[in-house]
Amino acid sequence: MRISIASGKGGTGKTTVATNLAFVAAQAGLSVTYLDCDVEEPNGAIFLKPQIQEDRAVCTAVPKVDLDKCTGCGKCGQICQYSAIVSMNKMVLTFPELCHGCAGCWLVCLAGATRESQREIGRLQAGPAGGVQFVQGLLNIGQAMSPPLIRAVKAAAPQAELTIVDCPPGTSCPVIEAIRGSDYVLLVTEPTPFGLNDLRLAVETVRQLKLPFGVVINRADMGDDQTRRFCGRAGISVLAEIPDVRAVAEAYSRGLLAAQASSAYRSMFEHLLKTLTGQVLR
Amino acid sequence: MKELVVISGKGGTGKTSIVASFAALAETAVLADCDVDAADLHLVLDPKIVRREDFSGGKRARIRTDDCAACGKCLELCRFGAIHFDGTGNGVVAKTYRVDPIACEGCGVCAWFCPAKAVEFGPVINGEWFLSETRHGPLVHAKLGIAAESSGKLVSTVRAAARKLAEQQGRELVIIDGSPGIGCPVIASITGASLVLIVTEPTLSGQHDLERVIDLARHFEIPAMLCVNKWDLNPQIADEIESLARKRGIQVAGRVRYDCGVTRAQIHQKSVVEYQPDGCAEDVREVWHRVRRALEPNTSSKPTGERTAST
Repeated sequence: MRISIASGKGGTGKTTVATNLAFVAAQAGLSVTYLDCDVEEPNGAIFLKPQIQEDRAVCTAVPKVDLDKCTGCGKCGQICQYSAIVSMNKMVLTFPELCHGCAGCWLVCLAGATRESQREIGRLQAGPAGGVQFVQGLLNIGQAMSPPLIRAVKAAAPQAELTIVDCPPGTSCPVIEAIRGSDYVLLVTEPTPFGLNDLRLAVETVRQLKLPFGVVINRADMGDDQTRRFCGRAGISVLAEIPDVRAVAEAYSRGLLAAQASSAYRSMFEHLLKTLTGQVLR
Repeated sequence: MKELVVISGKGGTGKTSIVASFAALAETAVLADCDVDAADLHLVLDPKIVRREDFSGGKRARIRTDDCAACGKCLELCRFGAIHFDGTGNGVVAKTYRVDPIACEGCGVCAWFCPAKAVEFGPVINGEWFLSETRHGPLVHAKLGIAAESSGKLVSTVRAAARKLAEQQGRELVIIDGSPGIGCPVIASITGASLVLIVTEPTLSGQHDLERVIDLARHFEIPAMLCVNKWDLNPQIADEIESLARKRGIQVAGRVRYDCGVTRAQIHQKSVVEYQPDGCAEDVREVWHRVRRALEPNTSSKPTGERTAST
């Protein structure tokens, strides 16, 4: 079972929900994999505290040009949609940060001047975290594109009964890459106008991908009731409403799992796990 | 003309709430919401849209079923898993190939190499942007299409429109609400900006993410200042964060206390400095004054303690 935890708005509690679910699932004896796909700013490790045993570079494909072989036909520049390779006379310039790795320029090169090469975009780290199998990606600073690294994190996921994908905030391509192939998406939101606005966008996104989904309202007593009403009118299941408790926020600030800091929260996450697996199996 | 960009690294630290208050305090700025895939600033600024433009962030491929010879070349070449062999038959072949428009990266390789020339490949409208009037000045904002790419390009479009507006109207400041993370929309928001204000929270997550966003600002050589929002949630970590920022040559613009007034203001569609005179509104005013001073032409807001890669 693969469950993605996403949101729309940042800071609603995705990592809180994802790490605590992973923790209680492992405690219940399930084999669990946790994937931190927020490769720009991964925080799961702060709470799960993995022993990193694997740490390797992740690369994407970029062109490498041998100017001696170049005939100046210009086809590489013509096929490229991203201005990542530019051809003027026999001068070919490449801009690796813009490259999407589509292979067009080296496929089209009849002179064999342009070939596939590799460029590091980030690192992949993995190891055990108590009973949880932990994998995270860390995007190199200055890299614009995270989807290739997110793909690598997902590809490196060890088999488990439950795989939890901790997603980045937003609704654009990094999130799409992270949630693709999930059995279920859990949207974590906060009951504020900003939270609701972004939840609507996230709901449209998961609907476009035709993935089953439900909502968790975090810090459920901090705002208004518009979010609950929206879910009700739209027929969206609210799987849990987590209260806003300062002591738990303080524990979070210190890197503690809520399920370890509070038995009430532990029960809450155990209950959410049960509800979630029930929803997915349905 | 100066550009101030508010970013965070970690999501949910309070960028938009703070930008809304800055808009009220600045009075003469152009505002730009560059969090294009989850824009919220308009919710507290009550914008009246004056102009609307389509945005095309890239191209998409579409296989013409009737012309598909089912040779499979597209599937062989596509690096993005966007081709599926599940299209309807066309009288010549029982099954054809089909492009998944969400997975399609718009690279054009399938169109270029299709022997039957069966692939349509062209620009797609995948967003829109707006020029609006608000009670605090003009706002440029946008909406990226669901599951669309090219958020960086839309951010650049919004920024360029905001700069142009500032020049046309003789306004000296553009205030940009950025997005979380350190990827392409953030990079597109900050390159060439006058000053970046990093808003963070007093948590280990906030601290971890702050280091990376400082690295990003350094990488692009943009001067940066720091504000710890909701600081009283963990005063010890707030101190540690300010200390780490100073060590890295980042000026501290101030700290803002946790205050439920921020949410109440948001529910009333106001910035917190408009909603209440006290509490965190006082803190936000102080932060604004320090940021404003750092933006003045004769003040150097360049970091002192850390050398950039080029020096």
